[in-house]
Parts: sequence; C-alpha cells; structure tokens
Amino acid sequence: MPQLVLFWILAPISIVAAFGMVLARNAVHSALFLIVTFFSLAVAFLALGSPFLFVVQIIVYAGAIMVLFLFVIMLLGVDREESMRERIAGQRWMALLLGLGLLAEVTAAVRLGIGIRTRAAGDFNVLVNHGDNVRALAGVLFNGYFLPFEVTSVLLIVAAVGVILHARRRHGDGGPLDRADAPPGEPLPLEEPGGSTPVDPESAGVSGAAGPVGAAR
Amino acid sequence: MESYFQSYGVLLGLLVAGVGLVAVAFVAARVIAPHRPSPSKLTTYECGMDPVGEGWSQTQIRYYIYAFLFVIFDVESVFLFPWATAFVRLGMQAVVEMVVFVVILAVGLLYAYRKKVLQWA
Amino acid sequence: MSPVLASIDWTAWLLLIVRVIVIFALVMVYLVLVIWFERKAVADMQTRIGPNRAGPFGVLQTIADGVKLLLKEEIIPETADLPVYLIAPLASAVPALLAFAVIPLGPSVTIAGHTVPFQISDLSVGILWILAMASLAVYGVVLAGWSSGTNYPLIGSVRSSAQMISYEVGMGLGLVAVVLYAGTLTMSGIVAVQARHFGVPGLTWLPKWNLFMQFPAFLIYVVAAFAETNRPPFDLPEAETELVAGYHTEYSGMKFAMFYLAEYMHMITVSSVAVTLFLGGWRGPIFPVVRWLWPLVWFVAKVTVMIFVFIWVRATLPRMRYDKLMAFGWKVMIPIGLVWVLATGGIVALPPAYGAWRAGAIVGFGVLALILLLGPVIRGGPARAPVEAPTRGVSG
Repeated sequence: MPQLVLFWILAPISIVAAFGMVLARNAVHSALFLIVTFFSLAVAFLALGSPFLFVVQIIVYAGAIMVLFLFVIMLLGVDREESMRERIAGQRWMALLLGLGLLAEVTAAVRLGIGIRTRAAGDFNVLVNHGDNVRALAGVLFNGYFLPFEVTSVLLIVAAVGVILHARRRHGDGGPLDRADAPPGEPLPLEEPGGSTPVDPESAGVSGAAGPVGAAR
Repeated sequence: MESYFQSYGVLLGLLVAGVGLVAVAFVAARVIAPHRPSPSKLTTYECGMDPVGEGWSQTQIRYYIYAFLFVIFDVESVFLFPWATAFVRLGMQAVVEMVVFVVILAVGLLYAYRKKVLQWA
Repeated sequence: MSPVLASIDWTAWLLLIVRVIVIFALVMVYLVLVIWFERKAVADMQTRIGPNRAGPFGVLQTIADGVKLLLKEEIIPETADLPVYLIAPLASAVPALLAFAVIPLGPSVTIAGHTVPFQISDLSVGILWILAMASLAVYGVVLAGWSSGTNYPLIGSVRSSAQMISYEVGMGLGLVAVVLYAGTLTMSGIVAVQARHFGVPGLTWLPKWNLFMQFPAFLIYVVAAFAETNRPPFDLPEAETELVAGYHTEYSGMKFAMFYLAEYMHMITVSSVAVTLFLGGWRGPIFPVVRWLWPLVWFVAKVTVMIFVFIWVRATLPRMRYDKLMAFGWKVMIPIGLVWVLATGGIVALPPAYGAWRAGAIVGFGVLALILLLGPVIRGGPARAPVEAPTRGVSG
C-alpha cells in the first residue's frame, strides 16, 4: 500500500524533472533537474524495500556523478545559450533512432526477464531481504556475481586511465597538466596581461586556482 | 520496534523541518530587512575594481580529473560497505575477491600518480 | 474512521513527532552555544576577551548576531542566477541536519508501552546515510559559487568542492574499517559493540572503544572531517587573502547566516559521528541520580571535547597550501585508508572465523601488494610538490 502511494507521488515528480532536465536552457538548471530525478529514483528504491540502493543512489549518482557533471559544466564555462545548430548531420534522427532502440531493448529485457505486469509473491520482501538488505545483497554480489564485480573494477580503471590520458597536456614543457587550462592549440582565454606576468602564481605554488577562472573573459 | 516506513518517514519530517527553518528565516529577512538597491550595490565584489565581462569563466581541467577519480573511488567504497557488513559470513572467496578488487583499483591510483596528475604544480 | 486510519498507531506517530521536535530543539540550542564557545575559546587562546556583552559571559552573542543579520539589507548581485542562488544556502544547511538524524543520543526508553530510541531514526544503513549526506554537502558550495556569477566565489567553490570530494573518499575508507570491525551499519549497533571492556588484567575498567581498536581509522576520519567541514587548517575556500570569502562572498544578511549556521551544524554532525563511531557514543558511567539523563550528558560532553579539538586546531595550525592539501588527500589518506581496510580484515575480523593462518596469508598478501603499489605514492607524498614547483618559470 505505501509503495503504491509513493509510486504515484514519485513517478510524476521524476518525469516532470526529467522533462525539465531536457528543456532547461541553462546547463546548471538541467543538472539540478536531473538531481531531482535521481532523488525520486532513490526514494523509489526505498519504497521497494532496498535501503542500500537508496543510499547508494544518493552517494554515487547525486553525490558523485552529478558533481562530476557540474565540474564539466564549469570546465566549459557554460552560461551562454548553446547554439542550436547541428554540428553532425542527421544527429537528431540518429539520436531518436538510438533512443527508440534503447527503449525497445529495455522493454524486451524486462519482458523476457521478469515479465511486464507481474505480481511479486506476497513474501517477496522477506524472501529477498533475508537477514538484512545489505547482507543479502552482499551474499548475492560476492557469491553469484563475482566475475561481473571484478570486471567492474577493470572498467573503472580503464575509465580512469582514459580520463588521465585525455586530460593531460601533450605539449608545453612536458609537465603534467601544466597550464592545462586551455585546450591545446587555442590561445589562453586571458584578457589580463597573462604573458607578461613575471611569475605565474600558479606555477609558483602560491595559489592553486589561478588560470582562466581568475581571468575575466 | 518501528516500522520500515516510519523510520524513513521521520527523515522526511526532519527534511521538512530543516527546509522550513531556512524558508522562515528567508521570509522573515524579506519582511524585516530594508531593501534599497542601487547600481553599485548590485555589482559583484571584485575588491573595488569594476567587474569586466561575464562572471562565468572556465575552470581548470585538473578539477575534472579529481572529480573523475573521486567517482571511481566512491564506487569502490560503495562496494566495500556491503562487503564489510557481511565480511565474516561471506567466506574466503569474498575476501579474495575484495583483495583483487582493491589491488586493481590501487593500480589505477598508482597510474595517476605516475602520470603526475595528483601533483598540483 | 476508515480501517486504514484506524490501523495506524497514533501514539507511535505522536512519540515520533515529539522526538523529532525535542532533538531538533536540542541541536539548535547546542549550535548557538557552540558558536559562542568557539569565539570565547579562540579569544582565550589569542589572549583576547571575546564576546562579553550580550548576556552573562556573552552567551547570547550568537542570538544578537542572528538578529543583526536579520535586520541587514540583503543584496543579491545582478549577475546572480536567482533560483540557484536561493537554493544554495538551503542545500548547504539541510544535509548536515539530516545527517544528524542517525546519531543515537542515548539508549531506548519505554514510554506508554512504546520503546522509543533516543535518536531520530535508527536506519539499517546508518553509516551510509551519513556518507550520503556528506556527499550532498558539496552542492551548497558548488551552487553558491556558480550562482553568484563572479570570479572569487567561483574559484572558491571549485576549490572547496574539489577538496571536499577528495577527502570524502578518505572518510569513506575510515568508515568502512569501522563497519568491518563492528560488523554492522547501524549506529546503535556500533555503539553496542563498544560497550565491551578490555580483557587484559589492569585494563578491565577501560571500555573497548573503537578509538583504541581503530586508531588509524580515527585519524583518517578526523582529518577528513576537518577537510569536509572546510575548517582550518583546511579552510582554503575561505582564504580571505586570496579569495575574499570564497563561495559565499556575494551572500549577505540571512542568506549568509545560513552558510554560517551550516558550517557549525556540519561541525556538530561530524563531531557526533566521531563520538558515536570511535568514542563509545553515549556510553559512560551512570550514577544513581536522574539515571536517564546521564547518557545525554556523556554524549554532549564527548561532542564538546571533539569540538574543542576543532577549535584548538583552528587556533594553532596555519592554513595548508592547496597543492599540499590535495596531495595529502590523494597520496596519503587514500592509500593508507586502503591498506588499513584490508589490514583490519586480516587482523581483526577474519582469524576467529577462518583460522589465523589462511586468513593472515591472503590478507597479508593483499596488504603487501598494496604497500608495494602505493608505497611510492605515499613516500612521494605532499612534500615533493613545492620542490618542483618553483623551477617552473614564466607563464604564457
């Protein structure tokens, strides 16, 4: 009963927030709408009897991945409205096609897996969360799914290596991330006399955050 | 013992109380505090200089790397918690799994160190 | 009355609401006192007098400041992004309060046939809830800096949030070690684990607090807590010589007050978590006078000690440099945290169940591998950065 009530409260919120995310013109507003969606998903996990996924949804999605998104937004210096001109021909159609494909795939997976409109057994919660939600989950994760679990760590490390390689500067004095504040090949977006500064405060270790943040555009 | 929904419902109650407190403070300030804006008051503070251009500027990419490494290690600690909770009854297999998992991620940290992205200079 | 409404246990809900209100009020009163305590203690350490006008010993100074801030004009810069600008103080203050919900202030009491725990909610995922709220605390900072639409707050917020997420990982690892040792995620369970006493002759009077059993985890947690709360020596986002007031430069009046409140609320929350996880929580000798009050007294006393440590460090240590700060977080805290988590598994939790040899061998192998891998990272830690830095010359 409470599950049903919660569902009908949360589902509209998450859908409205998802639309807000897509339709907001400002990237930070988009991100905030996405956080609302993540939160309603988290509470949905809670309603389904998984407090562990509830907190994990908050810690990982709302707390870590969205912070990463916000950092990316700040990295781009976004406040201008993005131009709506398409860079890649036929991008919209491709996006639509891929989106529909994903929808079909998820539907098929759910249909084949547990079936649509299936009622869980009355004692489902007791059965699944035997002992305690976290312990039950640990039992399943570390016994039945140990290979995917290890592969996860490999996936994470590959992602880390990718980011490190991409974010490093390829020219300059060979230092890591040295003056990595501008994309390679572009002039530094400085209006202040950056070139004539006798000692770059950042390199001298005075301040960690000079660079283009400190410069007016 | 309290029911499952009760124990989380309280958090909702506390959330409402917290947001309410902040909202009341804001509304009270709006009612009580004076409001006499002037153009120079409304500019941002730049130590007395007139702000030039738009405020939203780029940040450095190294912050992005830290954020990304954070996501990775955050996911790792999320895996560590159920492991730690069920540690004693899981058996040797789980212990070996976690040692492998942690060591693989430690290689990632070592790589980041070797590429000197952890160094702020 | 419908059957649904009749089935609800109204007394239980009433007790719940009363409990929330009582604890909320206690926390707010304590918060006001902590702000005064910090100012007074710092003043003493700097041989000043400190607040002494409002009320006896200036106790009411915080209230006076609150009233003053309420009467101040609120200036919203024209560059601000209004909705986000208003959400930021909220996002800063509320998570700290919510994290406090899982802190037990005392044992359960029986009122009107109901067992009432002296804590807002004893979640089955208590520690993770604290971590979740800590991770949300970043938003207040990021959004405040971004929404002001100008440079000082933006730099301050990006710095501060990078610092917070870096130390959050260390904090998480410290907490994992405690969970591993206690075998539970609930806060009340962790307090219960610390009720045991040492079996060593001569030490039987000493409770087996996690402080003794998990000392490295305690150090990791406390250092991370300083960084998470942006307190000195990690208060770089507010380095006034570089960044004015950091992310809340453009906030005034009541909105600024919310950030101020959030900082102290965070301090109280992390201190309470430290007390609950490492210092035995509310446990302490109970004397036969007003028995129910003693747990609360012990809890408040221990939290106050932790807060005094915060203040003491603030008055003692200079601010860290940003490159050192980040290097310390990634090169020292995280590697040591990882090693300690595995070591805890090997030393403490495994042997009884699986025999010391096999368990020791496997975990020992893991720890050794980690030390080999991360040794250079730790060794080349924060000290190396300043040596190389000045050699890099002119920019542009």
